[in-house]
Amino acid sequence: MANTESSSWGSRVGLILAMAGNAVGLGNFLRFPVQAVENGGGAFIIPYLVCFLVMGIPLLWIEWGTGRYGGSLGNHSTPFIFDSMNKRKIWKYIGVFGIFTNIGVAAYYCYIESWTMSYVYHTVAQTFDGMSQQETGQFFADYTTIGVSTTGIPYESIIFYVLCLVLNTWILSKGLGGVERVAKIGVPLLLAFGAFLAVKGITLGTSGASSEVPDANAFDGINFLWTPQFRSLLDMKVWMAAAGQIFFTLSLGMGTIHCYASYIKKKDDIALNSLSAGFTNEFVEVVLGSMIVVPIAAGYLGLDWVINNAGFGMAFQTMPFLFEKWGDIVGTLAGVFWFGLLFFAGITSSLAMGTPWMGFMQDEFGWNRKKGAWSFGLIVLILGLPTVFFYKEGVFDQYDYWAGTVSLVVFALCEVILFAWIFGMTRGWEEINAGADIRLPKWYKPIIKYVTPAILMIVFVGSLFTPKGNDWNKAFTEGWELDDGSILAKITNSDIKVNKDFFSDYKEFDQDFGRVKEIKVIKPRNSDKQKQQVVFEDTLRFYRNKYGQVREAKKEALLASLGKDFVFFDSVATSTTFEFKMKDEVLVKEGDVVRLGDRIAKGSFVNNSLYVVFGRCLLLGLFLFICFLVWKAGKKKLA
Amino acid sequence: MNTSALITLLITHSVVTFFMIYFFRKVLITPPEPEPDSYADNDDDPRPNEDLIDR
Repeated sequence: MANTESSSWGSRVGLILAMAGNAVGLGNFLRFPVQAVENGGGAFIIPYLVCFLVMGIPLLWIEWGTGRYGGSLGNHSTPFIFDSMNKRKIWKYIGVFGIFTNIGVAAYYCYIESWTMSYVYHTVAQTFDGMSQQETGQFFADYTTIGVSTTGIPYESIIFYVLCLVLNTWILSKGLGGVERVAKIGVPLLLAFGAFLAVKGITLGTSGASSEVPDANAFDGINFLWTPQFRSLLDMKVWMAAAGQIFFTLSLGMGTIHCYASYIKKKDDIALNSLSAGFTNEFVEVVLGSMIVVPIAAGYLGLDWVINNAGFGMAFQTMPFLFEKWGDIVGTLAGVFWFGLLFFAGITSSLAMGTPWMGFMQDEFGWNRKKGAWSFGLIVLILGLPTVFFYKEGVFDQYDYWAGTVSLVVFALCEVILFAWIFGMTRGWEEINAGADIRLPKWYKPIIKYVTPAILMIVFVGSLFTPKGNDWNKAFTEGWELDDGSILAKITNSDIKVNKDFFSDYKEFDQDFGRVKEIKVIKPRNSDKQKQQVVFEDTLRFYRNKYGQVREAKKEALLASLGKDFVFFDSVATSTTFEFKMKDEVLVKEGDVVRLGDRIAKGSFVNNSLYVVFGRCLLLGLFLFICFLVWKAGKKKLA
Repeated sequence: MNTSALITLLITHSVVTFFMIYFFRKVLITPPEPEPDSYADNDDDPRPNEDLIDR
C-alpha cells in the first residue's frame, strides 16, 4: 500500500522552487541562446512564446493535474498514475517511460554535473591561469579521456562522477525534505550568480576587444540575439526549434512533475503553482540565459566567432578562458559563479530524476526511501559508467538521443491523449481547477484538447522524418531526404556512413574530404604509451566580414539570412586528427587526399558502431526491466 | 545596440519578469488552505517520519 502520509512538501514556496529547480537546467544557459542564434535571433522569441502559451502551459497543467490525481489514489509514479486514469494495460506500460527517462537521463546528466563540480575545483585551484583558448579546449578533451589526468589524480573524471552521484543519492535518501532544502538554497543562489554574470555581460561593451579581435563588442552579441529577423517566422525549422526548446526547458514528458505533484492534496492549488514555477524557469532562460554566454563570448572573441562556435561546448571549453581576462579575483569569482550556477541548475534537476523511481518502489514494493535512493544510485552508476568510459565513442550521445529526446516526445504525446481524450477534457479541466487559487481562462480547454496534441504530433512526426539539414522549406519544394539526426535514420543506422562493422581490420576516413598534412608520433599527457597521430586538412568555406577579416563560414545560410553582402570563398584549414597505436599500419602519407570511406589505417579496430548498439541495448534492458517490475507490481496488486 | 533589438529585448524581458513576479507574489499573498493541507511546515503536530517506520 502506498505510503502517502509519510512524505510531503514542507511549504508551498519550497514546492515551487523544487519544481522550478527541476525545470531550470543547463539548457537554460546553453541551449536557449544557441537556439535563438540559429533561428532568427529576436524573431525566435515569437514562436518561442507562442509555443510556451499553447504547448508549455497546457502540458504543465496536465502533468501537475495528472500527478495530483494519481497521488490522491496513492500512486506516485506514472505507471500506476496512468493506470488509475484508465484501466487498459497499455497505459501502465506507457507510464514506464516516466521512470525509464529519468534513470536514463540521470545516468549521463550526472556526468555533465560532475564536470561543473570539477571545474569549480579547477577554477579555485587556478588551473586555467595563463592557458590559451586552445589549451582550455584541450583541457576539456583531456578531462573526458579516461586514463589522462588533469590533476594527477588517476581516473579523475570517474572520481568526480561517483562523488556527484553519491551526493545526489545522499540528498535523495533524505526524501522530499532534502530535495526541497537543496532547491531553497540552490535556486536563489543560481538566480544571484546568474544576475552577477548577466550584469557583467550587459556592461562588457567593447572593453574586451584586443589586438587579435579589435572589433569584439558584447552589444554585437545582444544585437544579434535580439534583432528580429521576421522572415524566419515563415520557416518551419524555427517553429520546430521553438517547440523543442519549450518542451525541454520545462522538463516536460519526463514523469518528474507528476511525481512531485502527486504529494499535493486535491484541495490545494496546482494551477497557480504550475504557472509560478513555469514563469520562474522562463525568467532564468529568457532574461538571464540570454545575457551571459553570447554577450560575454562576443565581447572577447567577436560575433563571428560566436556565430561559428555557439554550442554546448562553449560552457567548458571557452568560458574559463574568458573569465581569466577579468583578473585574478573577479575572474575566479566569475568562474566559481558560472560553474556553481551550472552545478545548482544541474543538481536540482538530477534530484528530481530520482523521485519517480523512489515513489514507484515505495508504493509498489514497500521500500523505504533510503533503500529507494541507494538503489537509484546503484542503477544510475551501472548505466552511467559506460557514458564516462565511452564518452567519445558515442554512448553518451545515444543516451541523450533516446532517453533524453525521443522518449520525452513519445511520452508527452501519449499523456496528452490520455488526459484530454480518454480521461476526458471535462474531468481533466475539473481536476486542473480543483482548489485553484487563480481563475483559468476557459479557452484553454479547446487548446488542451486540440492544439497541444496537434503541436506534439507535428514535433513527433517532424523528429521521425527530419529532412536533411533540418531544411523544411527545401524538403517541401525539392524533395525529401532524411537527416542523419532523424529517428528513422537512427533506427536504421543510416546515419553511420563508414566503419559500420563492430570490429574491423581497417579504419575508414569519416569526413567528406581531407588532405594528410602531417603524420607524427605523440606521447599523450600523463601516459607512457606513444601513439601515431595523423592530421588531416580539409577544405573549408570562409567569408570576409565588414572589417575585412577572414572568418570561417560554418553556417553560411545563417550569415546569408542577415541580409548583408558577404564574400564567400574556399580555403584550407587543419581540422581532423586520428590517433593510432604504434603497431597499427598507417596507409596514407603526407599530401594524400582522402575522401569519405577511404581506408587510412590497418590494424585491429573496435568501431563506434559497437558502442552505439551497446548503449541502445543498455537502455532497452532498462526499459524492459522496469516493464517487468510494473508487471510484477500489477500481479501483486491483484493478489 | 540597435533600436529593434532593444525594443524586442525590453518587451520580452518585461513581459516575462512581470508574469514571474505577478504569479510568485500571488502565491505568497494567497492565504493558506485550512489544515490538513499538503505542506508540513505549518502543521501543529509533526508528520510521521517515514524513516522511523519499520518495514
